[in-house]
Amino acid sequence: MTLLDFLPALLGGLLIGAASVLLLGGIGRIAGISGITFALLDRPNWNGANLWRVAFVVGLLAAGWSWSHWSGQPMAPNREANWPLLTLGGLVVGWGTSLGSGCTSGHGVCGLGRLSLRSLAAVATFMATGALTVFVMRHVLAA
Amino acid sequence: MNAHAHAHSHAPAAPTWHGVVIALITGLFFGWGLALSGMMDPLTVLAFLDVAGAWNPSLAFVMGGAVGVTVVGFQLLKRRTAPVCGDLFHLPQNKAIDRRLLTGAALFGIGWGLAGYCPGPALAGLLAGNAETWVVVPAMLAGAWLQRRTNPVGQHRH
Repeated sequence: MTLLDFLPALLGGLLIGAASVLLLGGIGRIAGISGITFALLDRPNWNGANLWRVAFVVGLLAAGWSWSHWSGQPMAPNREANWPLLTLGGLVVGWGTSLGSGCTSGHGVCGLGRLSLRSLAAVATFMATGALTVFVMRHVLAA
Repeated sequence: MNAHAHAHSHAPAAPTWHGVVIALITGLFFGWGLALSGMMDPLTVLAFLDVAGAWNPSLAFVMGGAVGVTVVGFQLLKRRTAPVCGDLFHLPQNKAIDRRLLTGAALFGIGWGLAGYCPGPALAGLLAGNAETWVVVPAMLAGAWLQRRTNPVGQHRH
């Protein structure tokens, strides 16, 4: 692979960063996807103040739909789905990002952008356990 | 930047329609960024985490590009006392690097490594023809829901 192969990744990253700056500058909110989404699960907060969160999630869904629609291809991974593993992974991601107050967007893109040590600690931790998990799955268990 | 401590006693002002439109556009741009960057494919994400295998550094370029923009952009926003639509910047006040943060982040990383999905790409995949996300997203919401009912400290948001 050449450096040019990573141009879409870099440009996509710039767009993600620009979106995060737009949300903070526009309405004063951190673009943390787990925080925005899971706040919708808190029943007492279900009022007009959540409208921006609903709008953000709708935009995210519309982005995936429009991208696959315009490219004419479903954006699905080329692998045999392991449904129990996907269920377990989803559960743990939900529990962990709720407990740790953030994911790759909130702690990663926004927290690091704010030069937050707390977010840096979170990012270092989930990168490490993520890499360790893949190592165990692929090279120890060879699942 | 005019941050505020989260007080729970008063109801937040309902966002203006301008604010809701900004949030919609932000979600759209964020999702397009995920799609363009290749991060909606869990195999690309797992290839980044697979440091002992055929390592793919794509995620580092995504994160580098995104954080490069937010570092500069957030710094410029510090000159303002309020966002364009709204009266204050809602910034996290918690600076503690405690067991709760580290346990949560550690678990997130484990789940990320198991399935290859963090919350953004999982949600964006729902209408993009990725059947896996129809299992991952409900499971993720269930996990978050259970966490919030088990140990809900500091979850109040407005």
